Amino acid sequence: MPKMGFAQAIENVIAKAMEEDENVIIMGEDVHGLRLNLFARFGKERVIPTPISESAFVGAAVTAAMAGIRPIAEIMLVDFIGVTMDAILNHAAKISFFSGNKWNVPLVIRTACGGGYGDAGQHEQSLWGWLAHIPGLNIVVPSNPADAGGLMLSSIYADDPVIYFEHKLLADYWLDSMGSGGRTTVSFDVPENGLEGEVPDKWEPLPLGKLKQIKEGNDITLVSVGIGVHRSIEAAKILEEKGISAEVLDLRCLNPLDIEELKNSVEKTSAILVIDEDYKSYGLSGEISAMLLENGLTFKFGRVCTENTIPYSRELENQVLPNKERIVNKALEILKM
Amino acid sequence: MAEFEIWQLYRKMLYSRLFENAVKDLWDKGMISGEMHLGTGEEAIIAGVVSQLEQGDAIAVDHRGTSSFIIRGIEPTLLLLEFLGHSKGLCAGKGGHMHLFSKEHLIASSGIVGASGPAATGFALALNYKKERNIAVAFFGEGAINQGMMLESLNLASIWKLPVLFVCKDNNWAVSTITNEVTGGNLIDRAKGFGIEGYEVDGTDVEAVWKVTNEAISKIRNNDGPQFIHARCVHTEGHFLGDPLLRYNRNPNLLAEVANSLKKYAGKSLDEILLLLRKIGGQTKKKVDPIVIIEKKLKNDPDRLKQIEEEVTKEIDQVVNKTLEIFDGGMNNA
Repeated sequence: MPKMGFAQAIENVIAKAMEEDENVIIMGEDVHGLRLNLFARFGKERVIPTPISESAFVGAAVTAAMAGIRPIAEIMLVDFIGVTMDAILNHAAKISFFSGNKWNVPLVIRTACGGGYGDAGQHEQSLWGWLAHIPGLNIVVPSNPADAGGLMLSSIYADDPVIYFEHKLLADYWLDSMGSGGRTTVSFDVPENGLEGEVPDKWEPLPLGKLKQIKEGNDITLVSVGIGVHRSIEAAKILEEKGISAEVLDLRCLNPLDIEELKNSVEKTSAILVIDEDYKSYGLSGEISAMLLENGLTFKFGRVCTENTIPYSRELENQVLPNKERIVNKALEILKM
Repeated sequence: MAEFEIWQLYRKMLYSRLFENAVKDLWDKGMISGEMHLGTGEEAIIAGVVSQLEQGDAIAVDHRGTSSFIIRGIEPTLLLLEFLGHSKGLCAGKGGHMHLFSKEHLIASSGIVGASGPAATGFALALNYKKERNIAVAFFGEGAINQGMMLESLNLASIWKLPVLFVCKDNNWAVSTITNEVTGGNLIDRAKGFGIEGYEVDGTDVEAVWKVTNEAISKIRNNDGPQFIHARCVHTEGHFLGDPLLRYNRNPNLLAEVANSLKKYAGKSLDEILLLLRKIGGQTKKKVDPIVIIEKKLKNDPDRLKQIEEEVTKEIDQVVNKTLEIFDGGMNNA
């Protein structure tokens, strides 16, 4: 199997889709530069730079999708989604339902997310839980190149809107422009297996809403998405040394959520720790506990999340974002070891 | 009413420039994290406007606000400590350069493009409501003029006849997009469309900026409602430090590499790409530097120029040293 970078895998799949289906287009701020290869290949009719007008171009992408094309609309950073929330909350998410499922919105909103490079809480949020709260949106958060490609392919061909998250510590070009800026004097905690990894010889769409077991274990389930999966793997290794067998699950999607597989894991381990770079309150971690309870399970529960606005200072930021130390400590705490 | 004092303006501009050069230095060393949007190239606009504000006037700035904070008189050591993420920084190390706030000076920033429009409008609403004679200034780039919230603010300020000075700092680049190519009509006409008088000015000439601002502010203080200034300038450091476009441009090998990597596609738009890359090249070659321009105007008194430069250099050195001393003393983030 060939190796590929996280961002390269996404670009590879989009190129394939654009080649096969002329209805696939890209629009967004700076896309002629951010997607230079695709711009060179498919031209400005299909890779369309926009002004800084998120509310207008995302709103337009919704109806463009309704009228028969498959736009990939880029919101540079998910923090900026606030500017265009109406198009997403009241339109993209609701049109299929309101039309009696007779009119779909095959739209992908691609957006960069996440912290760990000192840019503070207006540029480093995750917000997937906030968006997953809204019925009608698929929420995809890949953690490695193979999933990034396979999930982008299914996102492009999904009938309903998908918000597709690309973590800045995994997508090399984002970290280069926003974190290092060409400097060699700064460093970041980038998980190698997320940055680069094996991808299939031939891209196939991965189903939305299927979690992936990364590591089998019996004592506790560590479940996460995106960068949190890598932090969980690191923590699982430390727990292993302490004689605790942790299972690591990568949800890959928040909507749909693979509750069946999650249930199977927690039935086995009777303990679950949710690792979420998004906010703690009213989010993914609370939702998972509620769903498991609704399914009649009893289990030990804990969560390691971002609990407050992400501070600018790298030192403070490191304390706020989930990391392996916090995961290990919380796991030991809930297992009372 | 403010008096035009070119030497004072020069000192302010130079102070801002040398302060931001020091910021660049610390950023290069890896002591400042994340992005860094410098206001180098904007000094004539910021100094020409901010120097005419009175106590109690409010300022809303964008992600490029350091220069406004410096020229408004916020303690520079506090700013530098903030950029180092120190607990004794202006915002306790929690905000960083895009999220600077000084309640005492009524100046607030935002990293969201366009947000300074509604921010200044709201400041003006409160000042007006309290029957103060004060005004609010919105600083924003021309990229922000295509944000709905900015256009809505122009309308609000107009219908409510609020004391807002909208200052558009136009370098013709919306991050990495040439603004002309994504902006319909012209900005003065836009302002007029909302019933707001607009002034076109060379934003690299502090004297010109000062004069139109003086006229605009006196109208605002006379209850004539909001005014709009469109000032052109150049960002010599691109959108932010380490701007990938400038890195390509400054390194011919890298630029050739990019162009070559695109050749394999030989798409119909290759010419467009090369044109774009050339345009990017043009961005930095055209170095219109407001500091150089004002120094030319003042060249008849070289001794005074030299003296100011020496004084300001020394002051900035002291700020940096004091900051690093506190920084080396450790954080107090517990």
